[in-house]
Parts: sequence; structure tokens; C-alpha cells
Amino acid sequence: MQVFNGISLFTILLLMALGLAIVFGQMGVINMAHGELMALGAYVTYFTSRFFASHLPGWMDIYLFVAIPLAFGVTFLGGYLLERGFIRWFYNRPLDTLLATWGLSLILQQAYRTFFGAQEVNVPLASWLSGAWNVTENIQLPLNRIFIIGLTAVVAVGVYLLLYKTRWGLAVRSVTQNRAMSEAVGINTARVDAVTFALGSGLAGIAGCAFTMIGSTNPGTGQMYIVDSFIVVVFGGVQSLVGTALSGFTIAQSQTTLEYLMSGSMARVTILLLVIVVLYYRPSGLFSSKVRA
Amino acid sequence: MIRQQSGLLAYAFLGLLLFVIFPLTLDPFRLNLMGKYLAFGFVAIGIVLTWGYTGILSLGQGIFFGLGGYMMAMFLKLEASAPELPDFMVWSSVEQLPLWWLPFKSAAATLILIVVLPVVIALPFAFAIFKKRVGGVYFAIVTLSLALTMTVLIVGQQGYTGGANGITDFKTFLGWDILGDRAKLVLYFIEITLLVLAMFLCGFIIRSRLGKILIAIRDREDRVRFSGYDTAAVKAFVFCIAAVLSSIGGALYVLQVGMIAPGVVGVVASVEMVIYAAVGGRLSIPGAVFGAILIGFSKSYLSETFPETWLFFLGAVFILVVLAMPNGLASVADRFMLRLMLRNPPSRKQ
Repeated sequence: MQVFNGISLFTILLLMALGLAIVFGQMGVINMAHGELMALGAYVTYFTSRFFASHLPGWMDIYLFVAIPLAFGVTFLGGYLLERGFIRWFYNRPLDTLLATWGLSLILQQAYRTFFGAQEVNVPLASWLSGAWNVTENIQLPLNRIFIIGLTAVVAVGVYLLLYKTRWGLAVRSVTQNRAMSEAVGINTARVDAVTFALGSGLAGIAGCAFTMIGSTNPGTGQMYIVDSFIVVVFGGVQSLVGTALSGFTIAQSQTTLEYLMSGSMARVTILLLVIVVLYYRPSGLFSSKVRA
Repeated sequence: MIRQQSGLLAYAFLGLLLFVIFPLTLDPFRLNLMGKYLAFGFVAIGIVLTWGYTGILSLGQGIFFGLGGYMMAMFLKLEASAPELPDFMVWSSVEQLPLWWLPFKSAAATLILIVVLPVVIALPFAFAIFKKRVGGVYFAIVTLSLALTMTVLIVGQQGYTGGANGITDFKTFLGWDILGDRAKLVLYFIEITLLVLAMFLCGFIIRSRLGKILIAIRDREDRVRFSGYDTAAVKAFVFCIAAVLSSIGGALYVLQVGMIAPGVVGVVASVEMVIYAAVGGRLSIPGAVFGAILIGFSKSYLSETFPETWLFFLGAVFILVVLAMPNGLASVADRFMLRLMLRNPPSRKQ
């Protein structure tokens, strides 16, 4: 049961962290507004469910399958515009990006508060997702969590295929490893950057969509997850997506296991301190790539 | 030359503002608020030293601010609730005063610890981290997660720290009422005196040989290391100074505001502290204090006047500063001075 709780925490963290890791690892951009993109995905899901509830009540059960691509699409577009109009002025100034995107995240939070209201919003769970799967008498696994796990698996595999099996992925990876060289061989790095950032944002959108299934959304939702996701990314090693996945898994599992043994806040403190200790021994993360910068 | 002059002018203007204009024009309530903003000025000066000059961005300055603040608050709370236990401990059914609260029964011990404890914590941490050459973004994120850790710890240990409500309800410092108007005026003057001392200390460091090494570390750390300097020790030293300054600022904040809560320790507060320095100018000590005053003031003013939209302003300010004025308002002032002086070159006056 603890293991399963760990996995469901892990999936949300992973969806967030994957997007961050792609953006951070590939472009060196620290996007503090990533959490707000996640909140955007959550809001898109909320409005989709509202639309279905009022216009297509019969189809309410499948609104999620509309909401997921929609959340991805909206945040993808948002990310693309953000990169073109904002982020690209900050390349090679990672610490400045951090501050500027922090400002951006404040603006977005306020925008959500102004346009969507400050109250928490809840998305009704589709009927086939409420309930639990009784594995044995004592073990019940909530269906919505299982769905999120499946969704995460699909997304993770998708990202993997995209980065390692397509031409575009090849371009992304080459830009990551050596920007000047990639430019020299004719890769349009500006476009790769924009699409990569958009993809990272889109992943945040999916994370937001998944998030609505387990919690309620408010304008500050993103900020609760952003630091954790950063810790996952840094712990795993910035340029390694497998590292991100494994570190997310480790952190989430240890967190839920420790929560079983001690109070929630102490578990969190222990995990954070452990991460710092590990970073002391492996400054560039557990799974840092051996490429010379 | 011109930069030096404009720096002197900035100091003079700041001195005039702090010692004459504010005390004469502001009523006790506003002056007290100003004292609150200036407490963050201490942190901002430290950030100028660490980030502007040495290139270490710490997103965990709130930790030390909170450390100083909590130490002062613990002392004040013990004084306010003596001989009984502080009220929040009673509510959480803590029976006995925890051992680590004991030093804070003494004012002298508290004041010493406010200066010493940040060093004891920051020095080994910073030295170890810098020895391992963790820097830049990684250092920022490690300190960020430390700030988060500390918030979680404080909120979680309600019985020992007051939890999310923080430590409140104290009135006297060594039997001296700190909430009265007169006391606020005295506190304000103590604070700005300390602030000026801190500014001179940091100004001295920057102008000394050490300051040159700091700039060299910021620009090309490996070359400094190859020249035989122990860059980790230098960086740890600077980090400690910033930590002590933050801690003093935190202690003064508690005296001015009369409470401390986890909010000023956490991630958001810590990032905002960096923004103070960024807005004022990360290379200018008086600029950092101006930044703290400006942002503090506009935060209060805008959140009172436009509670709906003030975050838009704040966010826009961050972005504008980083985008258009990488060295903050101080560099704008410098450029303005430059133009002014070129129009009236000093030589013509002779």
C-alpha cells in the first residue's frame, strides 16, 4: 500500500519534472513559472469538464480524453509563445532566468486569480474512475490513481520515443550536447529551443490535468509543486531523463515510506536533507552524463 | 571616478533619507513600517556581496533571517511568559522547556547567538559545498530546498516553534516596552545605525584586496583557483558574512514588527530578498537598501491600494529589472550621473 501511494506521488512529480528537466537540461533555463503552466493545464481540464457538464452531459464520462490533449495543446501553445516572447531573451543567464520567471509566475498567479477566481475548483471525477480495485480483502487501489499511473507511463514512453527515435529528438539532443556544433551543421537551434520549451510546457499541462483527478486547483497550486520538482530534477542529474524518472521514484517512495514511520513534516525534512547530502557527494546529480561541457 | 562620486552621492542621499527625512516626516506607524523594510536591507546588502560580487546566488537567505528572528523572538517570548512556559507550548502540551530554548533565557547569550549561530551553521555547510564546487544554479536550488526544509520543520514542530502561527505576543525587551511610539523611534535609530555599519563593513570588503578576489571569482573562478587561492574558503567567508547580516536583520525585524512566522523563512520570502538586491542594483550597497525600501514600500502601498492587481506590478517589476536593468536602479543612477557630469565636466570649473 505504501509502495502504491509512493507510485502515485511519483507520477505527478515525474510529469512535472520531465518537462522541467527537458527545459532545464536542454536550454539551461530555470523555469520557475513551470508550476503555473501546470495550474493552467488544471484549469483547462476544469473548464473542459464544465463545458461537458453543461453542453454534453451524456459524454461526461469521456471528457478526460478531450481534456488531456486540450491541456497539452493549450500549455504547448502557451509555452511556445512564452519562449518566443520572453524566455529567449534570457539564454545564457540562468540565474537571471530564475528571477524573471519568478516574476512571470507571480503575474500568472494573479492572472488566474483575476480571471478564474481565487477559490479552489474541483473537477468531477468520471464515474468509471471513482471506486477502487480490490486486489485482496485489505488492499484497495483507487482507480483514478491507476489511471494516472497509466497516463504517466504513456507520456514517459512517448517522450522517450520522441527524443530517441525521431529526427527532431536527435536535433534536440545534439543541441543539448553542443549548441555551437549543432548550429554549424545546420540545425535551426532557435526553433528547436522554442519547440522544446513548448514540449516541456505541454508536459506540465498534462501534469496539471492529472493533478485535477486527485486534488483541487487554486491559483497557487503550481507553487506547491515547483520546488519539489526542481529537487527531483537536480537530484537525478539535469541532462538525464532516466535519472529524472529514477530520482522521482526514489524520492516519492522514500517520502511515503518515511511518512509511515514518522510524521509527515519530519519525513519531508529527512528527504530534503538526504537529497542535499547526496548532492554533496554527486554535485551534478545521481545520473549525470559524462559529457564535457 | 564618476562611479565613485555617484556612489558617494548615493550614500549621502541615503543617509539624509534615513537619519533626517524619514524620522521627521513619517508618523510612528509609518516609521515602524520603514524599519520593517530596512530589516530586509541587511539581507539585501549581504546579497550584493555574495551574488553581485562573488557570483553566489543563495535562494535561502530567509533561513538566516528567520534564524536571527526566531532567536530574538524566543528570548522575547520567554521574557513575556516567564516564569511559565510560552503559551503555544502549553497548547501543544509540551511539559518542559526544551533544552535548546534554555540559552534564550539570557539576553547576552541571545545577542551573541544571533551573530554566532549563523556562522556555526553557514560556515561548514558553505565550505563543504564550495569545496565540492557546487555552484551557480545548483547552489541556488540547494539553498532553495533548505529554505523549504526549514519552513516545513518550523510548521511541523508546532510545540517547539509555534508552528504556522509563529511566535507572537511579546511586549518587552529586558523590561523595556518595545511597542510604544518612543521605543519604536529608538529602535529605528538603532537599526539604521547598525545598517550604516553593515554598509561600511561591506563597502570596506569590496574595496579591499579581498573585494578584487571576489570579483575575480565571480568572473573566472578556475583562474583564481589556479593562482593559488582557496576559492572555497573565500566564498564560504563571504557567505557567512551575508548570513550574519541576514540574522541581524531578522532579529531587528522581530523587534520592529513584534512577531515572527514561518512566512519570512520560506521560499517565497527568500526569493523576494534577492529581488530587493536586484532591483536596487546587485553591485551597489546603497542601491540594495534603496531596493529594499522601494519594494517594501510598493508592496505595502500597492497591496493596500490595489489588492486585486498588485502582484501584476510586482511581477512586472522583477521582469523589467532583469530584462532592462541587469544592474538595477543603481546603474540607471550611474548613467544619469555620467551624463550630468559629462555636460558639466569638472575641469571647466577651474
